[in-house]
Amino acid sequence: MRFLNRSAGRLSRHRRSRVAGLLVMLLGLLFMGGLYQVVLSPSNADTQTKSDEELIKEGRELFLVGCAFCHGQNGEGIKSADGQYGPSLVGVGGAAVNFQVSTGRMPMQNPGQQAPAKEPVYSEDEIDALSAYVASLGPGPEVPTAAEYDIDKYGLSADERRDAVVRGGQLFLTNCTACHNFDGSGGAMPWGKYAPSLRSTSEKNLYQAMLTGPQQMPVFSDEVMLPQDKASIIAYLESIKEEPSHGGFGLGGLGPVSEGMFAWLFGIGGLVGFAYWIAAHTTRSTKTKSSEGTQA
Amino acid sequence: MSTAPVANTNGKQATSAGKPSKGTRVVGWADERLGLATAAKKNLRKVFPDHWSFMLGEIALWSFVVLLLTGVFLTLWFRPSMAEVEYMGTYEQLRGLHMSEAFVSTMNISFDVRGGLLMRQMHHWAAMLFIASMLVHMMRVFLTGAFRKPREVNWVIGGVLILLGILEGFSGYSLPDDLLSGTGMRIAQGLVQATPVLGTYMSFFMFGGEFPGDAVISRLYMVHILLLPALILALIAAHMLLLVYHKHTQWPGPGRTEENVVGYPMLPVYMAKAGGFFFIVFGFSAFMGGLMTINPVWKYGPYDPTKVTAGSQPDWYMGIAEGTLRIMPGIESHFLGVTLSWNILIPGMIAPIALLATVLAWPFLEAWVTGDKREHHLLQRPRNAPTRTAFLVAMMSLYGLLWIGGGNDVLAVLFHLNLNHITWFLRAAIFIIPPLVFIFVKRWCISLQRHDNEMLLHGYETGIIMRSAEGGYSERHLPVSDDRAYTITARDRDEIYDPATDVDANGVAAPGGRATALREKLSQAMFADNVQKPTAEELEEGHHHAEHEHELEAGLDHAADGHQFDGRHPVEGEELRKH
Repeated sequence: MRFLNRSAGRLSRHRRSRVAGLLVMLLGLLFMGGLYQVVLSPSNADTQTKSDEELIKEGRELFLVGCAFCHGQNGEGIKSADGQYGPSLVGVGGAAVNFQVSTGRMPMQNPGQQAPAKEPVYSEDEIDALSAYVASLGPGPEVPTAAEYDIDKYGLSADERRDAVVRGGQLFLTNCTACHNFDGSGGAMPWGKYAPSLRSTSEKNLYQAMLTGPQQMPVFSDEVMLPQDKASIIAYLESIKEEPSHGGFGLGGLGPVSEGMFAWLFGIGGLVGFAYWIAAHTTRSTKTKSSEGTQA
Repeated sequence: MSTAPVANTNGKQATSAGKPSKGTRVVGWADERLGLATAAKKNLRKVFPDHWSFMLGEIALWSFVVLLLTGVFLTLWFRPSMAEVEYMGTYEQLRGLHMSEAFVSTMNISFDVRGGLLMRQMHHWAAMLFIASMLVHMMRVFLTGAFRKPREVNWVIGGVLILLGILEGFSGYSLPDDLLSGTGMRIAQGLVQATPVLGTYMSFFMFGGEFPGDAVISRLYMVHILLLPALILALIAAHMLLLVYHKHTQWPGPGRTEENVVGYPMLPVYMAKAGGFFFIVFGFSAFMGGLMTINPVWKYGPYDPTKVTAGSQPDWYMGIAEGTLRIMPGIESHFLGVTLSWNILIPGMIAPIALLATVLAWPFLEAWVTGDKREHHLLQRPRNAPTRTAFLVAMMSLYGLLWIGGGNDVLAVLFHLNLNHITWFLRAAIFIIPPLVFIFVKRWCISLQRHDNEMLLHGYETGIIMRSAEGGYSERHLPVSDDRAYTITARDRDEIYDPATDVDANGVAAPGGRATALREKLSQAMFADNVQKPTAEELEEGHHHAEHEHELEAGLDHAADGHQFDGRHPVEGEELRKH
């Protein structure tokens, strides 16, 4: 019995660690802190209750600083002596703003044929505010939600989803590849304009681009192309991104031009090198300086 | 006296070998009937000269073998039909679509036949290498003057082979019936239609009706796997037979003349080298076919006239035609109800025919200008034919510019250039740059010729700087070896055609006229500026001068540290002199 008691005493000594109390307290603090953060935080309560008017007001302030120089103080656009300086934004909708600003195309650094994509300048909240302000100038396409651009949100069965991807591929080849290339690598257009690569464009921005037709791109409004078709095109692009590279190294997905380059530089270059190597080895097993021919 | 130890061969009857073994009997049977030993004896000992540039044509030969091997594999599964079927294969993004049977079978080869995609890609890469190596081989032959008599016919055969190779490539490009195939075929149809008066009829005949019709793939298939390969094979055979008959050309050098060939025998040296090279070419095709995507038809999808993609280009060998077409301004003229589309006629027909005619006619043109009727088995160094070399390099620059034109959109995107600026640049550049290149290369060749003469007369530069007693510096020159001097001087002097001296054996002057005047002018242009090799007297004087110089320099030599390690002597046991 004594023996048992002793072992039981040992067990009980280990039952509660010396740091257990500290851990419990830390967990409690974390829980309370988290709860406060999620439910009771004053800042969170603030954004939830931020009214559209406040958002628009905030957007207008940002707009006056960053955009009005070209687009006018009320987004009415500015015309200069030699043409359009910044177009009117009345009626372009929130989607156009979200696309242009979140891809870094706006604000434009310098006038050119086309605004290139770059690191975005504004945070997401600021973009929302800007979108809200511009959307308030006139009716236009709204910033789409995942329910529109994500094919998985359309409630399709597996077969229907697969058919949608196939259909998206055909729509892509019919409407998009003429400029964006069969692999979404991008392509050239007249006078320095170009269709950009689609490889790293987010699903939301692909949808917004189709919806608003930025820069050289035509508008594929919901009347022209149903939201589900747009989502199908996006799903196709995602699917070829996920597809393994069946043929090996893709050579940039640029078509026969890069194939020709590899045929010459690697293929013929390598084979001529081997020809040189074969010819440099004669039947002599040892080479001495004096026996080398004079013929170069 | 016993006759036993004496050989019994001078008896009345012929000796015979003992009973032959079974194997010998079989071999002997074949030998007596097919003459194998005699043929082999001669051909296995045939000598070929050794130089890396003589192996370029071999790349073409071996890649053609790869094409035949992989092509046979592909025919087992490819179905040349334009009948519409539903794709139900492995590749999900196209499943359920209606497309031609040709495209479906291409997809099946790529995804459902074991090793099919590898074979398809090997076939395509080998095709690219086939035509590229023919072109490189042709440039070598051109630069070294190997097309001169007696090899003009073989040059023409080679030129026709390149043309057939390009047509073969184009027909193969069109077979899978993917988006690029169809786009390329549409351009080909445009070229056909641009033929004055007959164009429309020819197009209807070719496609069996309106484009794209349902006949063209099976027709092209016949052309691709039967007609053109048979022609190519026959011409390759003729090309090789003529090569054996003429014997291979060689570089000049001691012991090498117009009458002999110095090199190694077919067996075992070239058997091993050429055989090994086949495996290298095969390995390259397999490597590229296995690791580098070429023509990913699954991304292009089946051809549909409503679709097109950016980056639609032909394979590289059609790049110059594409480039000419892209930079050509849109010029049309109309008369008597016929439209002449110069914008298609010039790039699509006139330019390629002119190019082919120039290539095929060159050996005859050059022979006419030089009036040279002798056989040439010794090659010319490119510098010793400055006009020809410069012409080729100018043509290469033109080729490169037109290539840029063919890929203008890809270049515009990759290098952030303006597509229209590229076009405008090229429209001017194709007329400005090749002539500049011509002048530059010609002068360069002539400088090299001068350099050769300098070496012959004054020796080569040793890199040893001499300081005279007065403090002047000069570089010591040493005479080139006799072998080297022989090699450099083993060339003919260029003769400029002069109608006044052109009399035949009976003393009758050549008829004058425009042709003679043109010949004189061309001869002047081609050869007047060339530097001729020094005469025997000049060489004699040069040597005399050098000897005199050496006498003066004698005794000036003293050992200076470092020279013992100049790489010209064995350095074992050498040490730095401690003084």
